[in-house]
Amino acid sequence: MNAVLKQQDQYASFGTRISDVPVNNHLGWLESEAIHIMREVVAEAKNPALLFSGGKDSIVMLILAEKAFRPDRFPFPLLHIDTEHNFPEVIAFRDERAAALGEKLIVRSVQDSINTGRVVLRREDESRNVHQTVTLLDSIREFEFDALFGGARRDEEKARAKERILSHRDEFGQWDPKNQRPELWDLYNARLHKGEHFRAFPISNWTELDVWQYIAREKLAVPSIYYAHERLVVDRRGLLAPITELTPPRAGETPVLRTVRFRTVGDITCTCPVLSDAATVEEILLETAVTRVTERGATRMDDQTSDASMELRKKAGYF
Amino acid sequence: MSTVDTLRFTTAGSVDDGKSTLIGRLLYDTKSILEDQLLSIENTTARRGGKGVDLSLLTDGLTAEREQGITIDVAYRYFATLKRRFIIADTPGHEQYTRNMVTGASTADLSLILVDASKGLQTQSRRHAIIASLLGIAHVVVVVNKIDLVNYSQEVFDRIRRDFIAFARTLNFARVDFIPASALEGDMVVDRGERLNWYQGPTLLELLEATRAAESAAGDFRFPVQLVARSKFGAKSEFRGYMGRIESGRVSVGDRIAVLPSGLEATVLDIVTLDGSLKTASAPQSVTLLLDTQIDVSRGDLFAHVEDLPTVTNQITANLSWMSSQPLDASFAKPGRYLIKHTTQTVRVVLEGIDFRLDVNSLERETGVASFKLNDIGRVRLKTLRPLMVDAYVGKFGANRATGSFILIDDVTNQTVAAGMILGEVGND
Ligand SMILES: Nc1nc2c(ncn2[C@@H]2O[C@H](COP(=O)(O)OP(=O)(O)O)[C@@H](O)[C@H]2O)c(=O)[nH]1
Repeated sequence: MNAVLKQQDQYASFGTRISDVPVNNHLGWLESEAIHIMREVVAEAKNPALLFSGGKDSIVMLILAEKAFRPDRFPFPLLHIDTEHNFPEVIAFRDERAAALGEKLIVRSVQDSINTGRVVLRREDESRNVHQTVTLLDSIREFEFDALFGGARRDEEKARAKERILSHRDEFGQWDPKNQRPELWDLYNARLHKGEHFRAFPISNWTELDVWQYIAREKLAVPSIYYAHERLVVDRRGLLAPITELTPPRAGETPVLRTVRFRTVGDITCTCPVLSDAATVEEILLETAVTRVTERGATRMDDQTSDASMELRKKAGYF
Repeated sequence: MSTVDTLRFTTAGSVDDGKSTLIGRLLYDTKSILEDQLLSIENTTARRGGKGVDLSLLTDGLTAEREQGITIDVAYRYFATLKRRFIIADTPGHEQYTRNMVTGASTADLSLILVDASKGLQTQSRRHAIIASLLGIAHVVVVVNKIDLVNYSQEVFDRIRRDFIAFARTLNFARVDFIPASALEGDMVVDRGERLNWYQGPTLLELLEATRAAESAAGDFRFPVQLVARSKFGAKSEFRGYMGRIESGRVSVGDRIAVLPSGLEATVLDIVTLDGSLKTASAPQSVTLLLDTQIDVSRGDLFAHVEDLPTVTNQITANLSWMSSQPLDASFAKPGRYLIKHTTQTVRVVLEGIDFRLDVNSLERETGVASFKLNDIGRVRLKTLRPLMVDAYVGKFGANRATGSFILIDDVTNQTVAAGMILGEVGND
């Protein structure tokens, strides 16, 4: 057998060392590419904003924005589309970071969209994830944003794998995967007709492992729930659903206390933790290097409903 | 362009040469496929009446593509071994073939060309090679796939190899490797297998791991200015910082640079990053440069060392790849319709003339052409309304991708309609 594979097999065994994680000098290249993209978009857009949720990808986006634009202020506000179904640790973290940076944070709430009838729920406790699209598109119209920076990565999902770094949205916020502008070299075409906008994805070429390696390298703080903690959960179709005020156990379910951490921190009603003892960035890195399940597969109930749910949501204007 | 420890490569093959299976095999055998992905593929394989894991489904795309049974766009895929990480630009065949291939190749260090052993070298393989060469890819790996269908025959492999070499002599490759493989059975992709013992060379993965990626730190210093920072957070003092990415070469504090196109000179005073000042920086770093004198600098200008200047010109000769379903508008000759985006500037452009269209299957030049349509490639002369700072796309250090490339944008539709590789100044190419 090939030597590389033999070594890779050892990943799964006890005693993996940090030096066994694949090379990370490429972080410098990824960082520089992201800074270049942010500066190009700022140079060509009239009114950009940066989506900041307090999750790990958007934390990386913030430090990249600092690297791109300090010692000046950010040439854009931060924007969060809040489902109000978020983990409190994440919202606290979001507010703290924005304050520490001295940058403007705009929050628009899905609850407001529900109150004004823009969003109609079929069930009171249904996931608000998909409904963020309405609030997002309304905010874009409200502020006349023409470019939104997002922290999505191409390794997350197959619809993402085909998305441009600078992704065009029509006046209804829709993504048309069959009719994307070709994107060559590092030459981004940022031209728009009135009412259209762009989503810009500076960390398109990063993987989940890159994100954690970068968080480790830059010593970035992340919300506590990314690290191992004890939590009440129930097992649903192989996913561990967190038991919270918003998500009580269903009839016949017995919650159990488990040591878990979150790999993504989205809407409480559809984001699940994974079993883990990883209490430091280094331990998370090791775990990520050996993990056998994708980030979305392990944590997102909304992506399991269908093979193409992300594609459908994206076409409608989702992040 | 990537650094030494990331290799970006593109895969090209005609429909059914086994490209999806090969990529699937690479990902599967390097254990890059996670359990939930495998499960989902097993389910799909079973639903379609198959058994086990159909590797080609790993790279299955969008619903729209599955409905039509074709792939319509470039997909980017990521995997890593202990030695390095890889980014694959997976470019599909079919109608928009040339357009997709050019797109994928524009950021690649290496091109994998698949040949079906049972069919031999086809016209399409020649086209793949010609496009790779036009895009400045120096290293090509020809994977002679489906070798199991010809009984793992060395003779068949040698014949395809001879045919390819005979044809590729006219192209600009620094290196061409040949590997016999069965993507389906797994021979010589990641594992050697036991049926190709006559072949002594590396497996595909070994070769990819050992290949040197282009080093952009080589070459002359080129720094297109992206933005000018005029203020410092919280401070009142005067501040002028020039933000950009070093596209090639290196720069140090104290270096004499020229600001182009004006030609005014200055000395580098500081190289600023969030992590502190640097003495020296090199490609592909993004930095902010401070100069010792106040000169007028704006986005679109370019810094270079005074002794290694690019060509400053408004008349260029270039290879153009047409990417729009709307053909090149003949009124292109009048200013108005098209814009050129080159480094960080976007200016109006006029077509001075079409020298020829290139037959990408045979390399023959067709003259007297009045327009280009989707997937056409040819040589043109362009005149820009402001000067560009250019280097030949294929230069002495490999491809000068940053200063040698451009796109054309249709001012009416805002579409990206063409990609260009600069050959040089008109009359000087
Ligand atoms: N015998 C054999 N069949 C192969 C090999 N690689 C791919 N195939 C088959 O060739 C067909 C086309 O493969 P696919 O990967 O979908 O081709 P693509 O259109 O180039 O992506 C499928 O039926 C594969 O199973 C190989 O190495 N040997």
